[in-house]
Amino acid sequence: MLDAEEVRTFVNGTVHFFETATGHAATVGSPYLCIDKAAVVQDYTGVIGISGNREGKVYFTAPRGMLSVMLMCMNETDTGEQNVRDLVGEVANTISGNARRDFGRNFVISTPTICDRANAAQAAATTGRSFIIPINWRSYSANVVVCLQ
Amino acid sequence: MSAVPKPREQLRMMIVDDSNVMRRRIERSQQNDRLEVVGTAVNGVDAVAKFKQLMPDVMTLDLTMPEMDGIECVEHIIKIKPDVLILVVSALADKATAVEAIEKGANGFLCKPFTDDQLNEALAELIGE
Repeated sequence: MLDAEEVRTFVNGTVHFFETATGHAATVGSPYLCIDKAAVVQDYTGVIGISGNREGKVYFTAPRGMLSVMLMCMNETDTGEQNVRDLVGEVANTISGNARRDFGRNFVISTPTICDRANAAQAAATTGRSFIIPINWRSYSANVVVCLQ
Repeated sequence: MSAVPKPREQLRMMIVDDSNVMRRRIERSQQNDRLEVVGTAVNGVDAVAKFKQLMPDVMTLDLTMPEMDGIECVEHIIKIKPDVLILVVSALADKATAVEAIEKGANGFLCKPFTDDQLNEALAELIGE
């Protein structure tokens, strides 16, 4: 399970992503432990499988409106389905990849699996305790969920 | 008599990333007037095939991609055109990954997420400006 220092890695990575990629800072709520195995999912979810010296998954789940506005802030004019799905995977990939700075290169990340709300529950289901990191950005709320053994 | 400045060489650039958002972001954000984007590719296999057709001078390359990852792609590309300039653009933020990419033949490393200024600085450094 993650310790407090490791959770901080993901919190810092999330804050850095939003500020750098969109130019607008996000605020991060207090991470909390989820012992309910039901996945916390919103409209779109990007799931990254983790292997190597840690096993589990990291996912970013967000409402459609938030992803559309993020694209606009990145000067992307096409906010259609393909780019929305693509962005949710890219956020999960970037936050996970940046964590290798602290976890080391044996923290191996997969390419993202992208799900909409209808099929996210299975892909995002976790086998142990998860840390939920609430993210507030502009008027939207999303979550980064980290479940590592 | 003052020397006539030598015209600056135009360079053809290819963007390789499995994310459509990132490919479009790099193409839109790059401001260097010496660089012309001539193609894009969605994974390492696609990149090698398109590289043989387009023979670009400069390439931005993601590392975590399906089919063939960026490190393996560098090895193939360097054999085809040893003097190609490769900027790895990746979320993999550990130093060992950057060192491995450089040792395989890449010329620079830019960590995602990045600002437009960071991208343009990295491209300028890559082409020696």
